[in-house]
Amino acid sequence: MTAPVGDPSAEAARVTEEILHDTLHSPRRGVVVDSPPGAGKSTLVVRAARELAAAGEKPMVVAQTNSQVDDLVKRLAKEDPRLPIGRLHGSDSPPDPALSELPSVVLSSSVGDLAGREVVIATAAKWAFVKDVPAWRHAIVDEAYQMRSDALLKVAGLFERALFVGDPGQLDPFTVVGADQWAGLSYDPSASAVVTLLAHNPELPQHRLPVSWRLPASAARLVSDAFYPYTPFRAGTGHEDRRLSFAAAGDGSAHDRVLDLAAESGWGLLELPERRTVRTDPEAVAAVATLVRRLLDRGGRTLSEKGTAALTADRIAVGTAHRDQAAAVRSALAGLGVAGVTVDTANRLQGQEYDVTVVLHPLSGRPDATAFHLETGRLCVLASRHRHACVVVSRAGVERLLDEHPSTEPVQLGVTVKFPDGWEANHAVLAHLNERRVRYRP
Amino acid sequence: MSTTLESRLAALRGSAPPRPMDARTLAALAANPGCGRRALLDAAGVDKGAVAEHLGRPAPFGQSQFSIVRGNAFEARVKADGCAELLRLLCERLGLPAPDEAALPDLSAVGPAGRAERTRQALEEATAAGGWSLLDHPMLRLEVAGSAVHLEPDAVVVRPDGRWTVVEIKSFPILDGCADPAKVGAAARQSAVYVLALRALAERIGRGEPEHTVVLVCPKDFSNLPTCAAVDVRKQLSVTVRQLTRLTRVEDIVSELPEGTTFDLALDDDRRTPRRPVEELAAAVDAVPAAYAPDCLSVCELAFHCRARAHECGAVEALGRGVRGELGALASVDEVLAAAAAGLGGAWQADGEGSAPAEHVSGGGCGVGGGTDAHGYAEDGGDFGGGDFGGGDFSGGDRRDFGDDAVTWRLREAARLRAEALAGTAAGGRA
Amino acid sequence: MSLIATLARMEALREGRARPLATVRHRHLSERPMVFVPLTTAGEAGAPLGALFGTDREEPTLLVVPQPRDRDLRFAFLAQLAQGMLPYLEGYADDVDVEVRKGKDPETGEPVEVERELCRDAPQLLVPNGSGVRYVRLLGRSMRFRRTAEEAPDEPYPVPSRVPLLGRWMTHFGERALTPGSCLLVSMTDLLSRHWASGQSGLEDQHLGALLAWLDPPPGVHGSEAALRAETARDERGLLECPPAGPATDPAFDNKLLAPAITRYDAGLSGAERAVRDLVGSQLRPTWDHVWRGLDLLRELPPGDRVAARWEGDRWSYTGHRDRLRAGEPPQPKRDDAVTAAAKLVRRETDQVRLDAHEALDDPLVMAERRLAGEAFAGEVVAVEMAYSEGRSPRPRPLVSVSTHDRPHVEPGTRVFRRLAGKAQEAQVAAAEPGLVVVRLVNQMGRGRVPAEGTVPEPGDVVCLTAFEHDPRPAAPLPPPEETPWTHGGPPGEAAMGASAPDPHTAEDYL
Ligand code: SF4
Repeated sequence: MTAPVGDPSAEAARVTEEILHDTLHSPRRGVVVDSPPGAGKSTLVVRAARELAAAGEKPMVVAQTNSQVDDLVKRLAKEDPRLPIGRLHGSDSPPDPALSELPSVVLSSSVGDLAGREVVIATAAKWAFVKDVPAWRHAIVDEAYQMRSDALLKVAGLFERALFVGDPGQLDPFTVVGADQWAGLSYDPSASAVVTLLAHNPELPQHRLPVSWRLPASAARLVSDAFYPYTPFRAGTGHEDRRLSFAAAGDGSAHDRVLDLAAESGWGLLELPERRTVRTDPEAVAAVATLVRRLLDRGGRTLSEKGTAALTADRIAVGTAHRDQAAAVRSALAGLGVAGVTVDTANRLQGQEYDVTVVLHPLSGRPDATAFHLETGRLCVLASRHRHACVVVSRAGVERLLDEHPSTEPVQLGVTVKFPDGWEANHAVLAHLNERRVRYRP
Repeated sequence: MSTTLESRLAALRGSAPPRPMDARTLAALAANPGCGRRALLDAAGVDKGAVAEHLGRPAPFGQSQFSIVRGNAFEARVKADGCAELLRLLCERLGLPAPDEAALPDLSAVGPAGRAERTRQALEEATAAGGWSLLDHPMLRLEVAGSAVHLEPDAVVVRPDGRWTVVEIKSFPILDGCADPAKVGAAARQSAVYVLALRALAERIGRGEPEHTVVLVCPKDFSNLPTCAAVDVRKQLSVTVRQLTRLTRVEDIVSELPEGTTFDLALDDDRRTPRRPVEELAAAVDAVPAAYAPDCLSVCELAFHCRARAHECGAVEALGRGVRGELGALASVDEVLAAAAAGLGGAWQADGEGSAPAEHVSGGGCGVGGGTDAHGYAEDGGDFGGGDFGGGDFSGGDRRDFGDDAVTWRLREAARLRAEALAGTAAGGRA
Repeated sequence: MSLIATLARMEALREGRARPLATVRHRHLSERPMVFVPLTTAGEAGAPLGALFGTDREEPTLLVVPQPRDRDLRFAFLAQLAQGMLPYLEGYADDVDVEVRKGKDPETGEPVEVERELCRDAPQLLVPNGSGVRYVRLLGRSMRFRRTAEEAPDEPYPVPSRVPLLGRWMTHFGERALTPGSCLLVSMTDLLSRHWASGQSGLEDQHLGALLAWLDPPPGVHGSEAALRAETARDERGLLECPPAGPATDPAFDNKLLAPAITRYDAGLSGAERAVRDLVGSQLRPTWDHVWRGLDLLRELPPGDRVAARWEGDRWSYTGHRDRLRAGEPPQPKRDDAVTAAAKLVRRETDQVRLDAHEALDDPLVMAERRLAGEAFAGEVVAVEMAYSEGRSPRPRPLVSVSTHDRPHVEPGTRVFRRLAGKAQEAQVAAAEPGLVVVRLVNQMGRGRVPAEGTVPEPGDVVCLTAFEHDPRPAAPLPPPEETPWTHGGPPGEAAMGASAPDPHTAEDYL
């Protein structure tokens, strides 16, 4: 893919204008926007909500999780403190207490109480219980690729038209029960809402936010090539615009060397000797914790278009594949006296942004690769949360693991093949990381 | 392929004529790519079925003549009348008007190489002519690790715009638009090999555009009327390409084998009765590292043999690939049970009927258990002989911490909770 | 597979016989199930070769198609199958309870009482293995769109009456079998492997003979040896001593015996039909016996407390299908519309959650798996501290400290539940540290300021708390199909009408 030329801000602004124009004026009932990591999805949602409200349209907003809804409410209230917002919530899932401090926000578990609000925001699950109300003229559906088709089916009757925004590269929705019998149907209930929507409405205008403002130039290309091969994007900043540096020089340890590599090139791989381990591989977990500790101890500083800042604990995240791994890292960090660093699984890190991330490779130490660990979206989430650098910790041998993974997947007729394949994407990322590898023997 | 390797492989095969690789064997490379045994035997053209038979553990599958008859009859029906029905279906699927006529070049020639050459000519002419052509059972050539493999797809269609489409005719039905996903997957992997061969050919002759979407022709519903479906094989293509490049590692496997290893069955003068002593053959087979998992039972002729070996070694994989996930470096059933029992004070043994500890120890020449990794650890950690685990003392020493404590803790917990529940003393549940 | 189940398999491997995975029976077993063992013809879609079926272990009905490619013979087989099975399947339809529920008057919308019938029991179809379940679906699909001579006088190949009806029942049973925990149609391998761990993999458990060999090995024989024998032992003719449990046959049987016998039948030789019949019967009978043997083993387990409640779901399913038939509705379409598909998916998900919770609550061994997974914990109450909610009328919110060996994945604020007099009492985790969890009880303590007797555990009590709900909440409603939104293609129209059109016929039909 050739890199697009021209000013990224101007390009992004042009696309945003087109999206807003289609949202307000398109004769079609929907607009679909693909947003790669950090391309300004939330900004777009907030902006669209305000413009629709300003046009007297009183939109409803659908998000997927309660925390996504709470975040949107906060952002919207901050951007426009006078906009009357309604936050609809479930009776046993109370919203973030911070919302009740916001004067422009009314909270209720009943949609009737929110009738006069300019914007009403709730999760898809909550909207699904709303009935016997006149349809909204406009809706905004956030994280639409993570929404399952059946969830959209439950709420689509509530609105006449909608703006669907989401990131196609993140984790797909799933089900724990068999859904094979509907594979290949345009409305397969276990598929993503956008897949169903476009299958039935191929004429809908589709846009793509072209610039990632989060990912540094060192990451945008790799993430774009590995995870968005047919819909490339670029970084909004140049190689010189972002800089990570440390006040203290490295002590020569493998940890410090990989941090220096990452500071310089945006990526680093700390490779432990090959071995089959449990998920909560103590050596790998300890290495992750030590890396975080060193990041803080060495007085990291970030320079970016936003200015310079100290690299503080809240700007660092650790990403894992499993919950028990996250728990192990948390307690290892606590053991090193580190507090305030976010440690979570890929599922929960979706949509979040940090300056530096430390990732425990999903395939590290495993006896085999499984569909779960190979899922493209998981690696994509983990590799695309950072503004400056990403350090991956892994046992050696992942490449062999990938090579030995049996590829005897069943094929369902009529199901569009999803690209990229997790297996290929893993190889691509690994190849890139291998050039920035520091071997470490505990 | 270097000549030394070729001669080594020939020696491994022995006196038997080579079983040439075909699309099926190439596609099957992806079924268990971690298995060196299979890779080597296939590369050497050894008849795995015959080996398994002589080892006294014949392959668990066969084919019923009913399905063979049915398959042939269906293909004949689809190709009747100069493949008119096939072309009509294809065009319908592609959304194109059916051609009034299509060329059906005669592809007959002597021997696979001759047929491959004839196919090349026909494809070149057909593409140059710019009309519709249908090649019935063409012969394609693919270089695999330096030697030529001949492949025979059911048909290849050349379109006026120069595109080539692989057609596979299968006798499993497409019922209400769905077909058995496992069978479609197998067909897709097989077709990917054909597409690969076509790509190589197109490159050689400098024209033609092989498509990565193949067409599957199957009986519709419960009838014998054909219907077709398009299958995108891009994923299978990339998998196959990668597996083919990995075939070179056969060289490494060969170099590790003891001098004089051969899978020769030493057929008698009747060319049927094997005279090779079974233990000798078994030793030769077992000299090649394998990676048995239960999935082998449906894909590999040697499965019963490898399963028996895996059981002898107490390899945990014999219970399913997935069980390893929570066992860390513990590779044998005995190690796992010992680790679990340590927490119970031997409770499970009290519970069993005085079964003696099994004698086999992991490691040492089992040749199972995920190929290189299971036993590579001994060098790495330096302290993991299988027998180490018997005592259940996991805390002492300067044993490096690979999470084995975590594994052991969970195993002990699992054993404790299980024993409590079975004894009826557990909290929760109905108790 | 959970670690506890892995361990059980390893124990089985070492001991040479299956080990329990459950202490109670988690599936309903009918007192009078119908066992159905079908065989199919290799290479043909839905061309039955024969079947053994019936409710009497000693007297199964044997049906055989001597030439599976002959349409008339196949129809005759299906007609006899319908004749044999329908009385059983329909036999529970008229014995009903009447339930009174609150509902709405369809016209005025006023609340009214609605009477609904619920069949007091339902039939249960047992097949040997998972492919048997899929084969029932396939047979159902092959029959339900057929037309009888009465329905369609111009039909070139009418089927005997009642065949389409059997197709609809089989379709319904096959579809219901996809619901987690349902019991209208179950396979013996699923039933057995749910309750016992063999010393082999799940894949190998699909072989009914091998699985039973682990459960019930001959004296002095190790399970793996018995299983191997079941899988591979062949007699002097080269036939498997334990034929596959169907519907696929042993290729060696096809090639060596069946094919020549069918050829003789085609040639019109006397006694040939009888010979095919005996051959097919000989392949079916061992499996028939195996299914009943499995049933014996299962019946030794006491049923779980919540099994009957789930069977009620099956009874509703059965009653619902009965009602649709009586209302003269057309056969189930070939593919679901958007709303039906979504409704089924959501139902199955809810049922899966419910089944998982039920099994854990019914069975300490299953609960043990959830505890090990950090989804529940058990231990002794070491302290109870009375506390109250804020507000005008403070309610009891006692803090209960539980000492536990378990390591639950809970943090302050996590909702947890414990069983109390048949209901779930909710609590909130107030503090969690290794070995100790403090929870605050929040309900089920009566109306007063003082908790009702026995609603708060006391020090020394052993409690088990789960981080999962005991009865999942009902899912949000879906729109009716005629209100399918534009995002999903709008209401199903003409296309759906065509979905139940009969299959095309060719003169020769099957090859
Ligand atoms: S059966 Fe044996 S040789 Fe065949 S793939 Fe499995 S382990 Fe390898």
